[in-house]
Amino acid sequence: MSLPDASAPVSPSPGFFNLRSVSLRFALVYGSLFICSTVLFFSFIWWGTAGLLEHRVELAISADSRALFNVWEESGPPGLTMMIDDRLEQDVDDNTLYLLVNKDGKWIAGNLAEWPRQITRNHHWFNLPVQRAYTQDLAKVRAYGLPDGYRLLIGRDISGRTLLRKMLTDTLLWAWIMIALLAIGGGWLVRRLFQHVIHTISRTTLAITHGDMSQRMPVHGTDDELDAVSKAINEMLDRISRLMDGVRQVSNAIAHDMRTPVTRARAQLEYAALHAKGEAALRAAIEQAVGNLDNVTAICEALLRIAQIESGARRSAFVLFDLIPALQDVCELYEAVAEEHGLTFTQSLPASLPFFGDRAMFQQAVANLLDNAIKFSPPRGTVTLSAEIVTLEPPLDGRSRLLRLSVADEGIGMNDADMARATERFFRAEQARSTPGSGLGLALVQAIVQLHEGQLQLAPNTPGLITCLEVPLPDEENFPTEVIA
Amino acid sequence: MRILLVEDDQTVRTFIAKGLSEAGHLVEQAENGKEGLALATNEKFDVVILDRMLPGGVDGIHILETLRGQGNVTPVLLLSALADVDEKVAGLKAGGDDYVTKPFSFSELQARIEALVRRNRNEAQPQTRLMVGDLEIDLLARGVKRAGQKIDLQPREFRLLEFLMRHAGQVVTRTMLLEGVWDYHFDPQTNVIDVHVSRLRQKIDKPFGRPLVHTIRNAGYMLQE
Repeated sequence: MSLPDASAPVSPSPGFFNLRSVSLRFALVYGSLFICSTVLFFSFIWWGTAGLLEHRVELAISADSRALFNVWEESGPPGLTMMIDDRLEQDVDDNTLYLLVNKDGKWIAGNLAEWPRQITRNHHWFNLPVQRAYTQDLAKVRAYGLPDGYRLLIGRDISGRTLLRKMLTDTLLWAWIMIALLAIGGGWLVRRLFQHVIHTISRTTLAITHGDMSQRMPVHGTDDELDAVSKAINEMLDRISRLMDGVRQVSNAIAHDMRTPVTRARAQLEYAALHAKGEAALRAAIEQAVGNLDNVTAICEALLRIAQIESGARRSAFVLFDLIPALQDVCELYEAVAEEHGLTFTQSLPASLPFFGDRAMFQQAVANLLDNAIKFSPPRGTVTLSAEIVTLEPPLDGRSRLLRLSVADEGIGMNDADMARATERFFRAEQARSTPGSGLGLALVQAIVQLHEGQLQLAPNTPGLITCLEVPLPDEENFPTEVIA
Repeated sequence: MRILLVEDDQTVRTFIAKGLSEAGHLVEQAENGKEGLALATNEKFDVVILDRMLPGGVDGIHILETLRGQGNVTPVLLLSALADVDEKVAGLKAGGDDYVTKPFSFSELQARIEALVRRNRNEAQPQTRLMVGDLEIDLLARGVKRAGQKIDLQPREFRLLEFLMRHAGQVVTRTMLLEGVWDYHFDPQTNVIDVHVSRLRQKIDKPFGRPLVHTIRNAGYMLQE
């Protein structure tokens, strides 16, 4: 491995001790947490055992001293001497120390020959090495002053306890070292696991950035958080692919359908430039070309509008309103047109229909449906617009009420294959090719209905076609009454 | 009329300026925002035509806001390739009087400019009665008479006629009718407006022999004696 140049931007992968690596930091945090907690835990154990033993020795000596004081008070030096002798006789383990001296430091009772020189102060704990029966022992002792210059020394042999304490300390230390090793190993393992996850994600996303949209995150079926992340990423990728397909399809459609009017305009102009005889012919050709260019503009505008609606940005403009006057407005606009085409236009609308959405946009959707119905109807046919509230039992997706709005005509209708494709942008059924239109009308309706979280369905009428919008309605209790009124 | 035209695209600018000059107007041209702002604030115009997106840091909305901030109420028509409803609303909120999206036909632009100037003049005295030739409408009683004869109109037909009367002698485009009479800001595919105008003609023109509503080829309609 080459040495990293400090000035160069460091890439995140190489180097075990690269602190920029998230996985290393993760492992370090894990390891230090582990080690710190064992230190805390072991200190507690040590204090709870070794510390407690020492404390108990001190307690025993204090209790002993109180008992001997009582004897002193009751029967003076002879009684205490007897008591000490008694106790030494009973001490089979030989781990107690007593020494009573008078004011000259002369021995009176006890199992120590003379007052140890280290012990200069009363009521203090001393650790005292003592030579007894050829062994060097360690004892914990405390001196007490008695009336008339007498002094008493009480002690306990603690060499056994010191040994125990040393053993315990060693054991805990070794255990701690082993745990530290385990923590480092665990940290390394955590780091590897973490790296594995991150690398899978980065490998997949890298492949996708390089254009391979077929790559997906592996899902292990364990239903854990990693799977959840993988699934979320995969869903996102699926949606992106779908959108990309949509974009591709639309750009193909644009390339094809926009070219047609542009080609026509171009041909008309070129033909006129080469062959037109006189000003009138030239003007006619130019007017036709302008008409074709206007067509291109109209297609552009419709496409942009669909794209804008599909982006969902207009949901912010949603309001509560009564749909019926809005529908009557559109009907009024198209009644005259239907009459002109020799059609009967009937409506069946409820008295009021509270609705949540974009008024202008919904009107446009209905206008497009009526437009189609009138366009494809033969004379003396009937076009029917009906709207009703459907109550769903049981509620679907938390919505219990639905607006069902349908426009039925008795026109040329559509076959099943065409119906399935009718809402695609630029799609035009074979029989419809002769009528004017861009093939964007139903795509726009579809986008508007989807913005309102509804569905657009096509069904055959005999004869003709029924287009039906189903849009969920807000619950009645959420509806401010002033809007209905 | 004195018209200020602020537009950066030379082809479009020449096209508009030439058309307006031919129609008898005096056109001042500016090709960027700074120049446009200087002209608009220092001189008096009857109408200002403003492109929304201009080079040089000063865009159409900025000019418009500066003008309105100075208390200048010259009618402003915004010209833009941003066809979005929200963009239109933003332009009108900033103080614009009308909004025409590119590409547009010259007749549409001219009709709207004339409507703007007319509206500006009419706003001074509110009218209750409009007359064109022997056709007369009473805005308060909502009554229509031609040659002394009462004509019954549907409410929407009345509004259509009112709109045409208010713009008498001017070309009114189909889009203007759709926006002004129906308040629709989308383009219906079929000729709905033509149908409604032809129904109106049946009532106010046909029985009287001499037509008042004229079709202007490639542009729209005009109510004229």
